Amino acid sequence: MSTVLRLAIVAIALASAGLFLVHPWWFPAAASAQSAALDRRFYAALWILGGLFLLSQTALVLVLSRSQAEDKHSSWYGNWKIEVAWALVITVIFFGFNISGEHLWSRMTSPGRTADALQVEVTGVQFQWYFRYPGADGVLGRVQAAKFARPDEGNPLGIDPTDPTGRDDIVSSALVLPVDRPVDLILRAQDVIHSVFIPEMRFKRDAVPGMDIHAGFTPTRTGSYELVCTQLCGLGHHRMRALVRVVSEAEFKQWLKVQSSARLLSSIH
Amino acid sequence: MRSDSSISQRLQTSRLRRYIFTTDHKVIGIQYFFLSLAAVLIGAVLSALMRLHIVWPKAPAMRPETYLSLVTMHGTLMVFFVLSTVPQNGFGSYFLPLQLGAREMHFPRLNAAGFWITLASFLVLIAAFHVPGGPSLAGWTQYAPLSALAQAGPGQGLGTDLWLVSIGLFSLGSMVSAVNFIVTPILRRAPGMTLMRMPLTCWAWFVTGVLILLAFAVLLAAAIMLMCDRHAGTSFFVPGGLVMSGKPVDHRGGSPLLWQHLFWFFGHPEVYIAILPAMGLISHLVSVFARKPVFSYKVMVAATIAIGALGFMVWGHHMFVSGMNPYAGFAFSALTTAIAVPSAVEVFNWLATMYRGRIRYRTPTLFSIGFISLFVAGGLTGPVLAQPALDAYVHDTYFVVAHFHLIMAMAGLFAIFAATYFWFPKMFGRMMSERLGAVHFWITLFGAYSTFMPMHLLGIAGHPRRYAELTGVQYVAAMAPLQKFVTVAAIVTICGQIVFLMNFFWSLRKGPTAEANPWECTTLEWSLPSPTPARGFGDKAPVVSHGPYEYHSQPERGYVMQNAAPREDQTLI
Repeated sequence: MSTVLRLAIVAIALASAGLFLVHPWWFPAAASAQSAALDRRFYAALWILGGLFLLSQTALVLVLSRSQAEDKHSSWYGNWKIEVAWALVITVIFFGFNISGEHLWSRMTSPGRTADALQVEVTGVQFQWYFRYPGADGVLGRVQAAKFARPDEGNPLGIDPTDPTGRDDIVSSALVLPVDRPVDLILRAQDVIHSVFIPEMRFKRDAVPGMDIHAGFTPTRTGSYELVCTQLCGLGHHRMRALVRVVSEAEFKQWLKVQSSARLLSSIH
Repeated sequence: MRSDSSISQRLQTSRLRRYIFTTDHKVIGIQYFFLSLAAVLIGAVLSALMRLHIVWPKAPAMRPETYLSLVTMHGTLMVFFVLSTVPQNGFGSYFLPLQLGAREMHFPRLNAAGFWITLASFLVLIAAFHVPGGPSLAGWTQYAPLSALAQAGPGQGLGTDLWLVSIGLFSLGSMVSAVNFIVTPILRRAPGMTLMRMPLTCWAWFVTGVLILLAFAVLLAAAIMLMCDRHAGTSFFVPGGLVMSGKPVDHRGGSPLLWQHLFWFFGHPEVYIAILPAMGLISHLVSVFARKPVFSYKVMVAATIAIGALGFMVWGHHMFVSGMNPYAGFAFSALTTAIAVPSAVEVFNWLATMYRGRIRYRTPTLFSIGFISLFVAGGLTGPVLAQPALDAYVHDTYFVVAHFHLIMAMAGLFAIFAATYFWFPKMFGRMMSERLGAVHFWITLFGAYSTFMPMHLLGIAGHPRRYAELTGVQYVAAMAPLQKFVTVAAIVTICGQIVFLMNFFWSLRKGPTAEANPWECTTLEWSLPSPTPARGFGDKAPVVSHGPYEYHSQPERGYVMQNAAPREDQTLI
């Protein structure tokens, strides 16, 4: 039984390692400024922890194969020196890994709302995403969902019609972003908690009702991506998806122009 | 004639008193065991249905809300009624007094009350399948406002009320029973059973008792608060200005994050409530079956206490992307890393205990070794999830599902199986089949790894969890082949459990009669005949003169029972 068990553990360890090395499914190609650093950390984590995984499974196999010996010197009830040494080694590895990663978290959470950052409000509603751009005045209008939200009348977010800064706001069902410009998202939710996840941007943050959460990233590659909801929000959770389009600065300006004239037209009629 | 019937009636009442409405810790332990068995069977069937549905939506066909209600029920049954019930209240109720040399738990009626409240909680939970709208669809974490508002979806009405009542009852039952796990080791140890002579199982049950008392108190409070939000007009968790299905919501001033803080203040210690008794048990079993003392007994005790204490300081690692202040992330991240150290020390000590031991490969040994392998496999993704930057990417994806199923569900289950095969002779007086036990082990070991290892890749590729259908998102739909593989592996694993059920029920009636001490253990429960006589130690408490793990380096000297007469050359350990 001992031999079979040892072989089984070896087989499982190798198969697991193989699965990660071959990885038929893996990170989608990164498309934001911070993702390179994050990916590097992820790879470091997988190598360190994968190494520890193989090491400990090997230790288990070795322990099972070392049959009993009679020597009096083997530690029978314990050995403080080995114990302390092991605790120190594992403390250094785990804390070293942990502390060296913290600055990345601080970079990710303080994206620096620079002057040129594009502000976009993201609102999660069961089971739909809305993206609002401030329009020509650069200011987002006031929102009072409970009072003004009329999805069937073209005002799903409840933009206050009496607030002049809201008149030129653009509401879109897709997130369109100019490449290489930092984006400052304001995350909101109208009913329950949702979560914005764009795998290629390595970006995820909850949209919590009652809170305005600022978070951001800088897209670096043009293309189309999917934004999905990762916080269970009800029966339509799995289809709460939106398109993210990263385009050139010129294309973005053009898109904004088309959107505002469409908005103008709809407000005239 | 009349006296005959009155005798049989009295016999019947006494049988009822002995096997059902009893304060006997042994019977209560077995009652908890069968309650968990029922829960685990339902939970496993639900997971099979879920796995089948997401890859073959037509077989079985179900609405998304039905799928999500299965998610809720599977999680609730498995976490509460299996993982927090059988290792602690099941085996603990039965064996804590016996291992301490006590006649009973210190408060036998509280012990019985705990079981009956838990059974009521179970029935209330199951009742949700039969109400309009079905069970709650908000998952076992019940995040507000989804859980606070009946209009948030089907199942969020009566189904959620039942969930909250059930969890409130469960918290109460757990706290009531936890009192015994704290008081009995303090007050009821047999003469000579010093704290440092307690088996590590008892230490684990004791620390877990403290965890249950503190953590479930908070969950109970949170459940009552949420119930008030739903029915009494309070707004603890619901902020103002919400609109749901086009209608304004009449609440203001609450905080959705408050629920998460309260829930995880319970929820993370809960993980240790599930796994600490398992870890204690594995420490015990590796020593028994390697015929060697536990390596660094005192360090193991310290590690158990450290894990219990640190377990209360790490809850925020569930909330890195929740909108909690990112600075808090640093603290929770460091504390979470700290808890990995005593866990790693325990793993090291298990290996060191087996090192150069004379390992006897019985079914409990196999499951203990499987536990260690799975515990490491699941534990090592912990440092990824403890790091906010990395966690943010894999949070709420299958990566997390893989992590906690390996370390909590699978390792926890392996410990439960090890305990069942190990203590079955003492509980039922018969041995389980070793051959079927081995078959069961191999299916479950390969099944566990094949089901949960690939899930890491799904998570890394960005697959969110709790998706009722995979076709709505393109990149998710592309992962169907791997999801199918996982489903097949899961179904095979679940079917493999039939071998366990066959073995269990066959051995119950036909298994070979067990001797008093078939595994040659040192702890006190094995000094009694098998099955344990109803009176336990009776009026004569055993006198303890030895530590719990006196397995000798020379095979001819065998092992020393804890209550054996003191040796002349005895030195204190």
